[in-house]
Amino acid sequence: MTADLALIWPELILTIGGLITLMLGTFVGDRQVGLYQLSALLTLAAAAAAAVALFGVEATVFSGTLSVDSFGGFAKLLIYAASFVCIVVAPRFFCGGMRAEYPALILFAALGMGIMASSRDLMTLYVGLELNSLAAYVLASFMRTDERSSEAGLKYFVLGALASGMLLYGISLLYGFSGTTDFAGIAKAMGGELNIGLIFGIVFVLAGLGFKISAVPFHMWTPDVYEGAPTPVTTFFATAPKVAAMALMTRVVIDAMGPAAGAWQQIVIFLALASIILGAVGAIGQKNIKRLLAYSSINNVGFMLIGLAAGTQQGVEGVLTYLLVYMLTTLGAFLVVLQLHDEGGNQVESIPALAGLSQRRPGLAAAMAVFLFSLAGIPPLFGFWPKYLVFEAAVNANLVPLAVAGIVASVIGAFYYIAIIKTMYFDDKSDTEFPKGGGAIVEDAVITASALWLSVIGYLFIPALAVLSAGAAAGLF
Amino acid sequence: MISVGHYLAVSAVLFTLGVLGIFINRKNIIVILMAIELILLAVNINLVAFSAALGDLVGQVFSMFVLTVAAGEAAIGLAILVIYFRGRGTIAVDDANRMKG
Repeated sequence: MTADLALIWPELILTIGGLITLMLGTFVGDRQVGLYQLSALLTLAAAAAAAVALFGVEATVFSGTLSVDSFGGFAKLLIYAASFVCIVVAPRFFCGGMRAEYPALILFAALGMGIMASSRDLMTLYVGLELNSLAAYVLASFMRTDERSSEAGLKYFVLGALASGMLLYGISLLYGFSGTTDFAGIAKAMGGELNIGLIFGIVFVLAGLGFKISAVPFHMWTPDVYEGAPTPVTTFFATAPKVAAMALMTRVVIDAMGPAAGAWQQIVIFLALASIILGAVGAIGQKNIKRLLAYSSINNVGFMLIGLAAGTQQGVEGVLTYLLVYMLTTLGAFLVVLQLHDEGGNQVESIPALAGLSQRRPGLAAAMAVFLFSLAGIPPLFGFWPKYLVFEAAVNANLVPLAVAGIVASVIGAFYYIAIIKTMYFDDKSDTEFPKGGGAIVEDAVITASALWLSVIGYLFIPALAVLSAGAAAGLF
Repeated sequence: MISVGHYLAVSAVLFTLGVLGIFINRKNIIVILMAIELILLAVNINLVAFSAALGDLVGQVFSMFVLTVAAGEAAIGLAILVIYFRGRGTIAVDDANRMKG
């Protein structure tokens, strides 16, 4: 037991750091922004350092409920990095409305996501998922006086709770018909003849997880929540929980349902195709940039699911690379959205108002163009590489029609990304001035770094990425 | 003699009622919260029935986790509902339309 504690340092650090941050907010007041920000950021940095130190350790702890492995370590590093950026950018957005709950809730959500990414038992899966979701519901309605924010929180809560209910119902069936909550035990039960109970269990569990990664047809909450939630929170929703839920889904599908590939593969293929097509078609005609990025995230989740549908180690490597590149791109795109405000300091979210941005803020417009082209997967940019990897994995797993359909749909998707770039570069200037915020050094640095990395430099990292993702994926097989 | 099948049937009915309660209900958000509780209770019946049938305690431990989380979830749901009501002055489902979709 004590030996087990030494292997969950990232989780311990996040728990204690989150509580300290909460206490700081309570005792020194919400005005001491620097103090509790610092405590939260130090906590995340320490947790990330602990996760790095545990790299290479392969063990199961606490009676086989949690797995400490490189797959979980990889996902955790991505989650902590995204949470870090989302905490850094918050005070400038909320201005005087910043409260200590924000960093504390992000820390607790990050803790839950870490547990999700390393769970190997249905019970830890559920507890981790709920720890993340409960924090996320509150974060979505963080601006209490804003009607859109509270409505986003309410919608997210109702649909999220429904998703947890479906997931739980599936979990109860899997438990009842396999006699255990352990992933390895469930996999053993699935090795034999699949009975109707197990099939229902697989369907309900995948439906519940589909909600969390916002795969079509369980995506209906995504555009509303992304639009209504405060932008730093939207940035968070689009990055860290996506990574965690995708890692969890990969683990469940490969570890627990591996032998029943025939049953889950059809569902994952359906989710993938539906997400890619609806994500592309739904984005056309959107006037709000956050809504549009929501559809873009639905679309990209579809591509990740193609890699998962392959069900091979190569496919999982593709998913992990995809998650890393997707996270960087989305982080960059949302940081650009955070920079867009008019003279009065109001956030600008409307796409027509972006007309002529290339003349007013050339750097920002260029960075946004890089992010959008990269999300579309247009070849010279690095966003192309993970798409290539998942398609290659699908072809090698004899899923050629799926890969072809994915490529065709990605062409439809390119349309709306290019439409925004046209608005920014070729339309007549809008009335919005977009003055420079000033002092946004961290934001500018992150935007510049990720835009440069995605444009060409990323290709230099392909061998390193391959080693990293192969090491992480090997943990599952 | 009551078998696991009977429990599963009851729980399936409760689960369906809960899901329908969320989707068909056009009146009141409080009713949606009640429907969510119904879903979680259906799951608990399943877990405890399976646990008894399998002679394995894990299901009952799991149902304790579900109960605890359900309490937290209800608290958070009601808190969000309160700030929503303060801003909007109504909790009718049809009025939750500040954003299209």
